[in-house]
Amino acid sequence: MAVRSRFRRIPLISQLEPSTYVVYLGFLLIFAAFAILLRDEGFLSVSNLSNIVQETTPVTVMTIGMVFVLSAGEIDLSIGSVVAIAALASAVVMRAHNWALGVAAGLSAGVMVGLVNGALVAYARLPSFLVTLATMGLLAGVARWMTNLQSVPVTDATFTGLFGSGSLFGIPSLVVWTALAISLGHYFYRETPFGARVLATGDNRHAARAAGIKVDRLRLTVLVLGSTCAAVAGLLYLGRIQSARYTLGETDLLTVIAAAVVGGTRLDGGTGSVLGALIGSLLMGMLNNGLILMGLAVSEQMMVRGFIILVAIVLTLREPRRTP
Amino acid sequence: MNTAPALSLGNIRKSFGGIVAVEDLSLDIHRGEIVALVGDNGAGKSTLVKIIAGMHPPSSGEIRLAGELVHFNDPSQSQAKGIQVIYQDLALAENQPVYMNLFLGREKTKGRFGPLDRAGMIAETEELMRELNVRIPSAKSAIRKLSGGQRQAISIARATHWATNLVLMDEPTAALGITETSKVEEIITGLKARNLAILIVSHSLDQVFRLSDHICVLRRGKQIGVRQTKQTDKNEIVSMITGLKETA
Repeated sequence: MAVRSRFRRIPLISQLEPSTYVVYLGFLLIFAAFAILLRDEGFLSVSNLSNIVQETTPVTVMTIGMVFVLSAGEIDLSIGSVVAIAALASAVVMRAHNWALGVAAGLSAGVMVGLVNGALVAYARLPSFLVTLATMGLLAGVARWMTNLQSVPVTDATFTGLFGSGSLFGIPSLVVWTALAISLGHYFYRETPFGARVLATGDNRHAARAAGIKVDRLRLTVLVLGSTCAAVAGLLYLGRIQSARYTLGETDLLTVIAAAVVGGTRLDGGTGSVLGALIGSLLMGMLNNGLILMGLAVSEQMMVRGFIILVAIVLTLREPRRTP
Repeated sequence: MNTAPALSLGNIRKSFGGIVAVEDLSLDIHRGEIVALVGDNGAGKSTLVKIIAGMHPPSSGEIRLAGELVHFNDPSQSQAKGIQVIYQDLALAENQPVYMNLFLGREKTKGRFGPLDRAGMIAETEELMRELNVRIPSAKSAIRKLSGGQRQAISIARATHWATNLVLMDEPTAALGITETSKVEEIITGLKARNLAILIVSHSLDQVFRLSDHICVLRRGKQIGVRQTKQTDKNEIVSMITGLKETA
């Protein structure tokens, strides 16, 4: 039960679980390290910092969705494929119609995938890990088939402004998206009965059901939410890159899970944090940015990033297991 | 005022396929009264609790709440009628704070669609804990940081907070140590003052004699008899449970 840490005797820190503060400490440490090591490469410049936030926006949005999914005791492995499908659907529709229809098409693709995943998990009673493992592969195939591996450009200025290069009162639109997603996510997670029920369901599904919570509907809702966040991420990639391709989001799944876990969300449900998810995902983005600025080769970047994520997870999850 | 019993079971019978789990059971429980249900393993005690809670509808017979005939097909229907059940396996969400567990599924919000009213839930939890004389470090503690006795006390507090008619307890102290058991018994005795009807299933005859007003004995699904606790003794109850001496 005791937090086994040398900080135990400091009253304020001993109250906190390591998982709730390690990510902030780690973030500050790495930030400080880069700020010193890369002071001549412009790491601390406003444009570089804003760049980090903008490049991370799709991952941040997906991580927020994943926090809800993991907290409910489920997992969604298909989000990477949903990113590509939503971006492609949106781009294809925008070739012939206006941008709003394109956005609607992208979002509906996400909702539909979520409904299928959710129905299989909540009503056909299959484990979400296996269901979404299967739909991940299936949808990756669909994404390749949709445009026969071709990329689809998007030129609509309203769309690319809104989801990519635009700005609101001088703030880049992707930064606005990050702020909006975090505020909404945090509010629903911490301040509504829905968030409380997600946590309770992930914690003890039988207790939640005995308390009158409609557990099956909630699990479906959470998977739809996760998948819809991935679709939004697809639109954000599309707005920034201005072209949809089946490779979009391909490598994001593990980054998202790492960001969520490093941010204090447990893989086995019942505990999590949306603000931690933001820090976790910014940490991933900052690592990408800093390691590139350091001039490391791609292979070296991958190794260093993997090592730092591993350390972060070890520190985050080093809390004692729940006592029986 | 309605003087009909809070719960009245009439000729309840339940069979699963060809196996009769409960046959022809009739029992009244009044408000402010604790009735104990005793019997050997497989006597049908837990089945009876599940019938009243709406988890297994009875094959035949009737259930009346304060005189009103009810049919439950689902636990949420019995909850809506003011019935709460406490199971021995502690149905609590371990990583959530005490107050969230108390309000699970019925969270307080500021206004209809407003944000969670955490301060309100915490205050109400603290008041309830004071009333029931339950000592916990804080209403904000996570359940996993509490002892088994504290957890069961919280289950009971939750049930009594939401029950308006009847509390069913299936072996509420089976998982607890001696001091924790006596603490929980103290709380159960306190519930009589809240004018609820209480049905408790227990294996411990000492406990049954300490707590109950009436004792209902089951054996292999049959109702052997109901005794007033003050006018019987352990020997009689044991012989009724084991069937060594029929006293119908």
